Amino acid sequence: MAAGILRLATAGSVDDGKSSLIGRLLYDSKSVLEDQMRSIEHVSRQRGSDQIELALLTDGLRAEREQNITIDVAYRYFATAHRKFIIADTPGHLQYTRNMVTGTSTADLSVLLVDARKGILSQSKRHAAISALLGVRHVVVAINKMDLVEFSEPVFDKIAREFGAILFQLGIPRAEFIPISALLGDNVVEPSENMRWYTGPTLLGFLEKVEVGSDEPGPIRLPVQYVIRPNQDFRGFAGRLEGSSLRVGDVLRVASTGLEVVVDRLLVAGVEAGEALPGEAVTVTMDREIEVSRGDLLYSAEHPPLFADRIEAVVCWMSPEPLRVGQRYVLLHGPARVSAIVEAVQSRIDIDTLLPASAQTLAMNDIGRVVVRTARPLAFDPYADLPSTGSFVLVDPGTHATVAGGMIQGVASGPETVAEEQGRIYWIDGWSGDLRGLASELRRQGHPTVAVSDTVHQQEFAHILTSQGIDVLVANEVGESSIRIEPKSQSIRELIVQLHAPP
Amino acid sequence: MPPPNERTVCDTTPHAFTQIVSAMTTCVEVPSRERCALHELESEAIYTLREVAGQLDRPALLFSGGKDSIVLVHLARKAFAPGPIPFPLLHIDTGHNFPETIEFRDWLVDHVGATLFVRSVQDSIDRGRVVEEAGPYASRNGLQTVTLLDAIAELKIDAALGGARRDEEKARAKERVFSHRDAFGQWDPKNQRPELWSIYNGLKAPGEHFRVFPLSNWTELDIWRYIRQERLTIPSLYFSHSREVVQRQETLLAVSEVLTLLPSERPVRKRVRFRTVGDATCTGAIESGASSLDEILEEVVSARVTERNGRADDRRSEAAMEDRKRQGYF
Repeated sequence: MAAGILRLATAGSVDDGKSSLIGRLLYDSKSVLEDQMRSIEHVSRQRGSDQIELALLTDGLRAEREQNITIDVAYRYFATAHRKFIIADTPGHLQYTRNMVTGTSTADLSVLLVDARKGILSQSKRHAAISALLGVRHVVVAINKMDLVEFSEPVFDKIAREFGAILFQLGIPRAEFIPISALLGDNVVEPSENMRWYTGPTLLGFLEKVEVGSDEPGPIRLPVQYVIRPNQDFRGFAGRLEGSSLRVGDVLRVASTGLEVVVDRLLVAGVEAGEALPGEAVTVTMDREIEVSRGDLLYSAEHPPLFADRIEAVVCWMSPEPLRVGQRYVLLHGPARVSAIVEAVQSRIDIDTLLPASAQTLAMNDIGRVVVRTARPLAFDPYADLPSTGSFVLVDPGTHATVAGGMIQGVASGPETVAEEQGRIYWIDGWSGDLRGLASELRRQGHPTVAVSDTVHQQEFAHILTSQGIDVLVANEVGESSIRIEPKSQSIRELIVQLHAPP
Repeated sequence: MPPPNERTVCDTTPHAFTQIVSAMTTCVEVPSRERCALHELESEAIYTLREVAGQLDRPALLFSGGKDSIVLVHLARKAFAPGPIPFPLLHIDTGHNFPETIEFRDWLVDHVGATLFVRSVQDSIDRGRVVEEAGPYASRNGLQTVTLLDAIAELKIDAALGGARRDEEKARAKERVFSHRDAFGQWDPKNQRPELWSIYNGLKAPGEHFRVFPLSNWTELDIWRYIRQERLTIPSLYFSHSREVVQRQETLLAVSEVLTLLPSERPVRKRVRFRTVGDATCTGAIESGASSLDEILEEVVSARVTERNGRADDRRSEAAMEDRKRQGYF
């Protein structure tokens, strides 16, 4: 039975056996080929080593070879009869926290290495903490160098118990503890002859079988990457489906306008399909013409995302230039691009203890909790619910460097927003023009606006929209909160001037 | 880790690999798309292609006629179906081609209905932009960089899509999916933008560009399995055929008018095929009787050397690829 890809993150330094472990996995799964082996043998000899330095398989850049360190995330690939594996291999030191965060951001599972002689060091705890922050729900703790503690079961038990408690505190629900010797190969691919007391799976055996899909499906989200319009008859919205399956006939709502539409046709990787699965590249067409462009979000109406222009987030700072409160950054949220400022740094998180410390700014490799304000509201989910709509990066608008990665915790509490951002209901009294055309013109000018004509649900719908910061145009009075506008002219342009005039 | 034992490295009865071939069937044969690695790779590549079209104004797909760029063209068709591929193809022509490659290129462009730009190294030589290497080891492979950068400037390309994979070579293992190039087309491996989740930062200053690699996470085996699954047409060079070759160091080179023979070299006729299709002066053939995709797959799976082993250009130094990439190579 073929299975999907398992993406692993490892972190560690030269001496904890990480490179040996990866080397062992690549080597024993026959993923290291003759010429690669000859090449590293040759280099090992040049460097005066009589052992094959398997670290050379992973340290690809000249600077890394020269300094014998791993400075960047390296991706390694291997496959067994059961599965394809992608290893994001990262350095473990504090000064490379950002690389660890980067490598862990795409991982389904983290492999944490512990030296059986040394017990739990801050480096393993740090990688566990980063895994927890990034929502990695599965962790394998490989307790390595068992050969140097006489394959002792009590040593293994003690470390497993202590690390288990730490992982529990971090909120990581699933952990597997495996005693190994990467050097000798015990329990890596083949079961150990030296540790008959251990009856669990080997490391590779576990990785081949582990199921890493989420427990329950999330809400349907389709962030629009691109609009495909080959001709008048086809207007397809292309993106990667997130959360749950989508079927022809499903009702979706458009984040920018609040309009409801029905999925008319569905293409998966360019081929007509009745249903699409999360993670698939889809193209959808709708039952009617709607205005949707890149950066917009289509979502299931029963499970709307949150909308806010002030969000609370945990960010990892990645730039040598420290964070500047009040400076403008570009925020990339899925395909959406919006101006943003960091309004406040609430705390810096000590990554070794996970305790908050007060801070005014964040420097490179710092992780902290911040409040971000965006130029227009984001439609998002908390990162813990759906990482794809709950993550963002910040870009320096001057250098275009990626300066931070962020995980949205929720809407920022605070006094400033609510009243200000509430949408208004405009009752356009006695106008014969096209309300939808007017709304569309207002949207083009950057004012989220929807025309509502369905009289039965008008009031309820109008209030939902205004609570999301969207202005609503109606032809009839809706409750007391509607602002009555008597058009002075039939021209849309003049009516817009009138709408913008202070009441 | 003990030194590898010779028997294991040279094991020619790869039962583990036979298992991989039979177990890692294509997505068509797997009841659930969800659990299929190839399908995940396809979705990921299409996502990347759409990010390029969505974020950048003038992308182009670097098309060599090789299997990776053929897969890339196929994925681009799927990404934008039923519309056309919204960017042109660009072929950097060394002039040292196998005729089969050019024939195939023209057929594919016509078949797909794409726009093709060809920029040639010969023009760069004629205009004095580069000086041709001399001698029997001469190759135009390195010269392509200048032609490529000139084409990127001339056509105002802001994203050059390439079929490179991270498993090909160790410097490539650290390359980003959206890899930024400065105004001189150069790569700074120590100062790459961090790439988190699948958020690709496509912001840049005028004159800079990106190299984008949608196949980053594919391996050679994935490419072959995908070609089989999608029933893609590939150049005949990949299949076993009879050809005059010479053995030069560890490489079997095809005898042609662009290859200068050493005095000691005697052409022999062999049944060979190519694992990569590049410059005819430095792309090595392997002896093979594999004449169908299934046979090629079996051969790839049991192969004991990586496909770039046939590339004389990589062997010039330990960091040959990193150095070429820094200067703006593919």
